[in-house]
Amino acid sequence: VRVSVRLFAAFRERAGASSIEVDVGPSATVADVVAAVAERAPALRDVIAAARPVVNREFAAPGQPVAAGDELALLPPVSGG
Amino acid sequence: VSETTRFWLTEEELDPRAVERLVEDPGCGAVVIFVGNVRRDNEGRDVDYLEYEAYPGMAEAKMAEIGEEIRQRWALDRVAIVHRLGRCQVGEASIVIAVASPHRKAAFEACHYAIDRVKEIVPIWKREVWKDGAVWIGMHA
Repeated sequence: VRVSVRLFAAFRERAGASSIEVDVGPSATVADVVAAVAERAPALRDVIAAARPVVNREFAAPGQPVAAGDELALLPPVSGG
Repeated sequence: VSETTRFWLTEEELDPRAVERLVEDPGCGAVVIFVGNVRRDNEGRDVDYLEYEAYPGMAEAKMAEIGEEIRQRWALDRVAIVHRLGRCQVGEASIVIAVASPHRKAAFEACHYAIDRVKEIVPIWKREVWKDGAVWIGMHA
């Protein structure tokens, strides 16, 4: 399954892209997607531990399954206000 | 007033009074407003300006979720939150939160809760820019 992962702020700048496409297995989880992004974008490797994964605009646990068509994102620590 | 008009993002300058008007009600004897302004200095650095970026759609949804949390915890539904995006100069407001309630205690508590929650769950990021550099806040904490 090919999924697109949106990136924002510091992650977008480091990766040099506002989204990254990765291929994962048919029964992939959020953790699999995060690992695939780290593989694909070396610039994110040392900060990805701090990332909060999001599926369809909700914070997601590492074990949550990912399906084709999901809107995925990896968020840096938030700093609004 | 619908959810989308009480929880939003904008690149325009913020007007606290306009946000207050959204929550005012004859049954509410108290309105508490929090205004977050861009500070001139941060951790010894001379701030030139801040730049805010959001995950559009999710950010508004999370602000509305905070409104819902407040509704459940304090039985208040008169809450409005607006966050600025883009370039924000020193002294300008980056966020305005308004909460109205029949009595002051709940309004103070709920408003305090709202700004703390914004800093926890709303996907917005600030980049601090100085004369000779810049950093995304939160990345090196």
